[in-house]
Amino acid sequence: MLKPRALSLFIFLSIIWLLLSGHYNPLMLFFGLISVLFTTYIATRMDLVDKEGHPVHLTWKIPIYWLWLLLQIIKSNIQVSIRILSPKININPEMIMIPMNQKSDLDRTNYANSITLTPGTVSVRLDESGDILVHSLDNIFAKELKAGLMEKKIKNLGN
Amino acid sequence: MFLLSTIAILTTIGLALIRAINGPSTYDRILALNMVGTKTTILIVAIGFLTNRPDFVDIAMVYALINFIGVIAMLKYTRYGQFANSLDPNKTESENN
Amino acid sequence: MSYVLDILSWLLIIIGSYFSIVGAIGVLRFPDFFTRLHAAGLTDTLGAWSILCGLMLQCDSFLTIIKLILVLIFIFFTSPTGTHALARAGLASNLKPWKKQ
Repeated sequence: MLKPRALSLFIFLSIIWLLLSGHYNPLMLFFGLISVLFTTYIATRMDLVDKEGHPVHLTWKIPIYWLWLLLQIIKSNIQVSIRILSPKININPEMIMIPMNQKSDLDRTNYANSITLTPGTVSVRLDESGDILVHSLDNIFAKELKAGLMEKKIKNLGN
Repeated sequence: MFLLSTIAILTTIGLALIRAINGPSTYDRILALNMVGTKTTILIVAIGFLTNRPDFVDIAMVYALINFIGVIAMLKYTRYGQFANSLDPNKTESENN
Repeated sequence: MSYVLDILSWLLIIIGSYFSIVGAIGVLRFPDFFTRLHAAGLTDTLGAWSILCGLMLQCDSFLTIIKLILVLIFIFFTSPTGTHALARAGLASNLKPWKKQ
């Protein structure tokens, strides 16, 4: 009955409750315990506690990826801001299809979210076949995405 | 410095409101709304610091979540005219419209 | 020590203010809906995060820092999802992307 993932969700929710509430008298702790247990029960009943809904297996890998992503975001932020502030707007927007070889939905979501987070590229549509339609602001951003470094990073992340 | 951040955020909100007023399509207006929502979250935090009341951070947290749900609800309403129905997964995109 | 924190905080807030105002100018200047999405992405990513980090350095209580980090995480997850939903809705309602002449 008690799955390890549900247990980890319980611990996670308890930590969040303790950090957010700031009340530590016994009555409040009791109420907190009841609400955490109730939430865990509902989440288990709704089958939300699986690899997708509570991805604990990514806990150690994803901060490194986020640091790399932050660097990319800063780089493309500067590039987009130069284009905004130039006196004559000099952009060449286009729609491109990017093939996506990720198998699991979690990795696909991660990839599409990362593309949207970096300014200069926005994921517009995810097809059933696994391709992804991207609107890019300029040729540079499209070229960088086609080089596929981000996809490789995500592939190393998953499983 | 809290004053500087507040002024910068208010300027951003003002510029986004100009886009919301004369944006040609509905989606431009929702885009401006989304921007104003994100900036409001940070404005609440900055004003909390400015007036020395850290409780405002709790409100900002709730606002960040409500803003997201509000934008999604608004998009759904502009596309279907109602909140009740959802996309039929067996139909393609063009059939659903 | 607090001197260093103050300088870092000023730096982050100035960077954040710069990127949010530039993003807002971009939303006004760019020619069509899809290009405006990129400009809005500027304010939603580095503009928002940098101001929040700058404010975070000025906190004195641990609980407030945790709450600010949670606000940061919410913005981190919801803003690309919202942008994607907007772009998809825009494409589905047959908005034509602007092309360079």
